[in-house]
This record gives sequence, C-alpha cells and structure tokens, in this order.
Amino acid sequence: MSFHDAKATLPAGANPLAATASSVAELSKPKVKAKARPAKAMIDRYHWYEVAALYAGIAVFLFFVLSPFIEGFLVSLKPLAQLFSTPYSFIPKTWSFDAYVNMWTSVPALGMHIFNSFFISSVVTLIVVAIVVPAAYSFARFNFGGQALLLGMFLAVNMFSGAVLLIPLFRLMRSLGLLNTYFAMIVPGAAFLIPSSIWLLRTYMMRIPRELDEAAWVDGASRLYTLRRVILPLAMPGIVVVAIMTFIGAYAQQFIFALTFNSKTEFMPLPVGLFAFFGKQEVIWNELMAASFVGILPVMIVIIFLQRYLVAGLTAGAVKQ
Amino acid sequence: MTSSRSATIFALALLAPALIYILTIVAYPLVDTIILSFTNASLKAGYDFVGWANYQRIFGVGNFTEVIVRTFVWTFFSVTTKMIIGMAGAVLLNAAIPGQAVFRILTMPPWIVPMAIGIYMWSWMYNGQFGMISGLLQNFGLVDGPVAWLAYGHTAFWATIVTDVWIGVPMVTIYFLAAMQSIPKDLYEAAWTDGAGRFYRFRRITVPLMVPAIITMSLLSLIATFNSFDIIWILTQGGPSGSTTTMIIDTYKTAIGSRKYGEGAARAVVICIFVSLFCLAYFRAVRKLQQGEAK
Repeated sequence: MSFHDAKATLPAGANPLAATASSVAELSKPKVKAKARPAKAMIDRYHWYEVAALYAGIAVFLFFVLSPFIEGFLVSLKPLAQLFSTPYSFIPKTWSFDAYVNMWTSVPALGMHIFNSFFISSVVTLIVVAIVVPAAYSFARFNFGGQALLLGMFLAVNMFSGAVLLIPLFRLMRSLGLLNTYFAMIVPGAAFLIPSSIWLLRTYMMRIPRELDEAAWVDGASRLYTLRRVILPLAMPGIVVVAIMTFIGAYAQQFIFALTFNSKTEFMPLPVGLFAFFGKQEVIWNELMAASFVGILPVMIVIIFLQRYLVAGLTAGAVKQ
Repeated sequence: MTSSRSATIFALALLAPALIYILTIVAYPLVDTIILSFTNASLKAGYDFVGWANYQRIFGVGNFTEVIVRTFVWTFFSVTTKMIIGMAGAVLLNAAIPGQAVFRILTMPPWIVPMAIGIYMWSWMYNGQFGMISGLLQNFGLVDGPVAWLAYGHTAFWATIVTDVWIGVPMVTIYFLAAMQSIPKDLYEAAWTDGAGRFYRFRRITVPLMVPAIITMSLLSLIATFNSFDIIWILTQGGPSGSTTTMIIDTYKTAIGSRKYGEGAARAVVICIFVSLFCLAYFRAVRKLQQGEAK
C-alpha cells in the first residue's frame, strides 16, 4: 500500500504535511527547483475575493467543528438560572465561575474520574506497544507460511466493534473475574487497538534497510539482540506515533466497556463518571460542561503539541477510522 | 538472514502475544456470539440450544428489517456528508493563506476529546427550550417557537447524523489533506503554464488523483459509522419511539437491556455478516488500487 507507506517514514522532527509536500516536489525535480520557485509563488497567488471566499469558507467550517466547544465553555460560565431562561443569549449576561467550584461537591469523585481516564489510557498504551512492537517486526522482516493470511485476519478483526461483541465479552470478563475492575476496561480496550497499530508499525519498519539486520547477523548478534539494539532505536519515531495514536484511541473511545463492565464509581473514567450529573432531578449543565473542560484540558494541551504525530499516524495507519 | 526453521520459530514467537491476545479477546467472543445465537441464553446460568428459533423470531415478528433499512439510510447519509465536508475542509486547509497551520490544529478537537464528552455538549445544544441551535434560530427569527430536536422522530434522526458527521469530519479532512499534498506539484505547474484555471486544475488533477484516498476512506468510514454506538445511545437511546434505533442500538437493547443474550447474539451475527461484506469490499478495493499503482 505505497500510498500509505510514503507517509510512514517521515523523520520524527518534520511536520509531515509540509515534509511530504516539499519532499515530493524535491524528488521530482531537484535541478529546476530554483527556476520553478517564481512559478510556484505565482500559482499560489489569489485574488482578494478568492482570499475572502477562502477565509469565509474556513470560518464556516471551523464554526461547525468548534461551536459545541464554544457553547460548552460559555455554558460553564453561566449561572444555572440564566441557562434555564428565555430568550436565549449566546454570551453570558452575568459571568460566574461557581460551576468550577461546585462541581467538585456535586460529583465528589471527579478528580478520581479524571485520573482514571488518564490511567486507563496509559495502561492500554503500554500493553499495546509491548505487544505490537515484536509483532510488527515479525510481519515486517520474516517470511513464513500463512503470514499474509494472518495479517489479513488481524485487519479483519479490527473491523468488528466492541459493541457487537458485548455479550460474549461480558461473559468472558465475568468468568475471568475482571468485572468491576480497571481491567474490565483495559483488556478489551487494548484488544481493539492492537491490529491497526501492528499495521502502522509494520509499514514503518519495512522502511528500515534490511542490510542493517544482516550486518548485525554477520557480526554474530542474536536475533533478539538485533531487534533490541538495531531495530528498536531506528523504529522509535514510528513507535512514538503508534503510542500516541493508541493513547488517543483509548482516551476518546472509553465509553461502552466502562458503561457495561464496570459499576464501581471509583474506577469510572471521566465520560461515564460525568453521567452522575444526569442522575440528578435536573441536569446541572453548567457544572457538567465545567467538569468536562477541566477533565480534558491536560490531555488536550499535550495532544495539541503532538499534533504532527497525529497526522503521520492517521495517514499511515488508516486501517480504522 | 537465513530463512531457516529457527527464523520461523523466532517470527512466530514474536507474534505469539498479539495472536493469543486477539484470539482470546476478539476471535473467541466472535465465535461465542455465533454459538449463543443458537441458544436461549439469558441471565440464568446454563442454556439450551434452540436451533434457528432466534433467527426465526427476529425476522418473523417485529420490525427487524425496518431497523436494517434505517441503519443503512443513517449510515449512507452520515458517510456521504462526512466525505463532502471532509473534502471541502481539505481544500480550504490546503490553500496557501496565512493562518493555515492554526486552522489545521483547530480542526482536530472533535476527534481527540473523549467522544462521550463531545456528545454531551451536542445534547445540550439540541435542547429545545434553552439549547443553542433552537435559541439562535429563534433569535434570528428563522423558527417561530422552540424546536426540541431530539423529541421528534425525524429531527432526532438527522440530529444524530449531524453529531456523527461532526465526530468523523476531522479525521476525514486531515486524511484527505495529506493525500492532496502528496500529489506532485509539477502537475499543477504544468497545467498552470498551459493556462488551466484553478477550478479546472481541481477537477482534472486533484479529484482523479484523490480517487484512491476517497475510496479507502469511504469504506473505512462506512464500517466505523455502521458500528456507531455512543452517539445515538447518549443522545436518544434509540428513541423517540425507535426512530433512531440502528442495528447496534437494537442489539444492545435486546442483549444488555432485556438480558436476552441468545436473541441479542442472533442480532449481532447479522451485524457481523454485514461488516464482513464491507470488509471484503475494502480488501478488494485496496488490492485493486495497489495493482493500479503498480502498473
């Protein structure tokens, strides 16, 4: 799948979007680059009305993408009485930070839920990386009978969602004695993230020259030593991408397993813990929104800084949405 | 390196943890679903095999075919809209204008926040009395009174689609954007030299070269959307009166809600059959595209 391969091999430091574009241009015509530059600048030149149309389009697009967050944030700053009043006003009439104070008493375990979300995603990431690195190496380097079939099986398994397999998974968790523990969310959560990660890392590892393995082999290094000392360091950027994609997958999708396999408040991750707000006679929306923002903020900030890895991971590993 | 027996053993040993994990947590439940679908399993311990009774029941009585059709309609509109908005977003974010980098980052939040939390925000926005959508429409005089989007069958149906699109769009956009940027620049320059306008270049260069990416993403999105659970469950729980009950919601209600494991499993098997068909289509498409590229 060379379309995907092209992007899996980006150096860790480069912005994948920019790097892909420029490297393609460089590869195709290294010599005439200087001559082409004015043409390239001209081709990207817009009339003022085109620029206006582009910005207008981007504004509409980003409004669609961001409006729930803007509205959610403004709701968290409105007093409850104002929320439940008409006519509707987008901007708070009186600003109030009460929700950010009261939420800790409305949902006493809120801090725990925030931690749980982070903890569950982190353990899932560790498990997935530990399992995926050797498997991806095996698929990338060795040829054995039935390999293609096995890889196909992994990818096919990836297409079934946890929601479909909920009944047998529930029975399995029960007979393993994992219900109402962290593992009831961690174990199935990791399983559905493994196949796509294998695919992604395998693509990356296939770009590491085989000669390196062979040189180590000639020097008398064992296979395990070669993997640990030669391949692992070189594959590190790819492993980082896999780890980040896995973390986001585990973080964004923790709902159904947590809803079905765990009923203990102290183990609930944030999305399910926030259900407590719905249990009251009236949903305390401003606190729900405040708690959501506080809960996701730390992870969001980290992820924004890592966004270039997301693009690399997404384009290389698009076996699952 | 030698391709000896020891190499094969080493390769399999590296693969073993992944294989065992997937066999236990995904493949075994898959088989178990099929077995359960022929039983009358429930909350009680033990069960009996009942042959095709579950399948006869779900296809015989009730509205299962209606649910299937609804699932396909829901999925179709959601995937199509995602592709169109994703393509438009990619074109906009690809334009060489100041602020480009920031706009790209701002596209990502719906994808990386916990899905459930994004959906809570939407469920407030859909609130008829006090929510933003109804509120703004009233303020601008576009509707006369409050519109409780999730309270009526047809509006709830479209509301759940809009939220599903919202969650899917960032990923589709970024994926299309990356594909767009891997198109060699000199194609555009050659066309530009020949006097081709911007729209002409888009239609004759960008779109044809994006076809593989569009096909790949459509099929992946189809599978993900078909399996979509969180959005509908949080917004409507399949209501009002079943108008947003897709196959996956239907299965969840039967199995987890009513504790009819056997019948729920039969419904799950039908989903699995559809997903397998989509899967086959995906693999075939990928292989075809690869062959096309190799030529």
